[in-house]
Amino acid sequence: MAWKAPAAHTVPAPPPAALTTWLGWAALAGALLWSYHGTAADIGAVLGPEGLAQMAAYVRRLFPPDLSAPLLREVATSAAETFAISFLGTLLSVLIALGLVFFASANLAFAGLLFEMERPAIQAARLLLYGAARGLLNLLRTIPEIVWAILFVFMVGLGPFSGVLALGVHTGGVLGKLFAEVLENVDPRPIEALQGTGARRLQVLAYGILPQALPHFLSYTLYRWEVNIRVAAIMGFVGAGGLGQRIHIAISLFLEHQLLTLILVIYLLVTAVDALSAFLRRRLL
Amino acid sequence: MLPSTPTPVAVPFPRSRPSGFVLAFVLLICLTTVASWWAARVDLTALLSREALGNVLAFLAGGFPPALSPEFLGLLLRPTLETVQISLLGTAVALLIGFPLGILATASLAHAGPLHELDLGGRPLRRLLRFLPYAFSRAGLSLFRSVPELVWALVFVRAVGLGPFPGVLAIGVGYGGILGKVYSEIFEAVDPRPLEALQGTGASRWRVFWYGMVPQAFPHLVSYTLYRWECAIRASAILGFVGAGGIGQQIEISMRMFNFPEVVTLIGVLFLMVAGTDALSLRLRRRLL
Repeated sequence: MAWKAPAAHTVPAPPPAALTTWLGWAALAGALLWSYHGTAADIGAVLGPEGLAQMAAYVRRLFPPDLSAPLLREVATSAAETFAISFLGTLLSVLIALGLVFFASANLAFAGLLFEMERPAIQAARLLLYGAARGLLNLLRTIPEIVWAILFVFMVGLGPFSGVLALGVHTGGVLGKLFAEVLENVDPRPIEALQGTGARRLQVLAYGILPQALPHFLSYTLYRWEVNIRVAAIMGFVGAGGLGQRIHIAISLFLEHQLLTLILVIYLLVTAVDALSAFLRRRLL
Repeated sequence: MLPSTPTPVAVPFPRSRPSGFVLAFVLLICLTTVASWWAARVDLTALLSREALGNVLAFLAGGFPPALSPEFLGLLLRPTLETVQISLLGTAVALLIGFPLGILATASLAHAGPLHELDLGGRPLRRLLRFLPYAFSRAGLSLFRSVPELVWALVFVRAVGLGPFPGVLAIGVGYGGILGKVYSEIFEAVDPRPLEALQGTGASRWRVFWYGMVPQAFPHLVSYTLYRWECAIRASAILGFVGAGGIGQQIEISMRMFNFPEVVTLIGVLFLMVAGTDALSLRLRRRLL
């Protein structure tokens, strides 16, 4: 038999996928089709020649941006407000998260190494506290910022302060959950070592747990600040201060040149915060 | 991107004195807090006033019992399903936008790193040609994601009319920007050795990507996309505030009519929906990674 050169590249065929995988893909495809009908989606309206022409016309109407001095002054005030909302909101959220997280992470609240010799009655009380803290964090987190904003506008009135509270409360829930995950995933060996030396719980926390967790806390906080600057920009839609109100007005009244200015300002603000956060991350972590 | 489960970090030896940078950082935080306090017109007396308390009590008293009549719940079924549909299709559109742009925006594929030492060394023009699509896709992704979804929704309501479809497009574009950026970061972070090995066999850049990068990146891509879908549910629930369909529209209407029992029910539905998605997506991600 003549020798045959091996084929240039024979990549072995992947093993056949399991039936459940196929069913999963089929379910996904079905869900997408269902959504396509349910949302009255019409790709032709967007990507067809007419849709594209309409879109291009709209983009052309946006130019040039309105750069008149009085508008820029007003926009600068709103931008400062937006920044302030994002900053204070994030700060407040850290306070809320830190206040709740020590009850909401299982290894600090009731389970594991620290509680091996605890009495059952106290354990039950601890479990209860843990459940309450988790539930509260879930509630704060699942209600979107904008709904919180409406509630706070109702409570303390129109203005950026409502935005601060709304961001703080919602993000407090998010950070609380993330912080709890960090605390639950710390390396247990330092804890054991400290316990072996006879350290009390607070000492274990201060010397065994927090040094491991703080860099992650800081990192998550910076990440949420990047998210929050974007959210702060829309708080004004419901009267909670910042650039959002101007955007809403500009779009509703067809002030397209102003709209472009506002979008550019948001872009600058978001990019600046992203860069600042990346810088801090590099320097501090 | 941040990993959801942190790896254990080395415990630093406690320093007796914080570094100058940390001191400057703390000082900066304090100054910014004071300035923001003033700019955001923080008014603690308003928060703790009897009036604020009265408003909350009035809301709570007005909101209970929540509206649970069969007619109202029946009315909610459609917007709730619509919200799920917007989030699903929106995430799919985001994937279609984010995946190709994310590939273009991956520096190690486009122009930098060991894959390009041979064919780009000493060829500035060719390097520039490779760099341009990279720079443009980065800029595009960054524009897509820095404009908030709610603003995209308003723009698309203008472009294609009221209803859930502008919501789909808003999620698609906004999340497309986020997915593209994160995908490119995932691609950058893969182990480069298989890529170089593939290149050594003479594989084209496309093949290096497809057989070297994608298999390594796939679980992370899917996991992050699922996480974004989870966020999309929340986002699409509020797009209705500007007329882009879903349950948000109903919240807006009930709020405007000061119908607090309905608002409480709607917040409850939203809560259940988000909690359900969280649980589902968590289970799917656990299976994947």
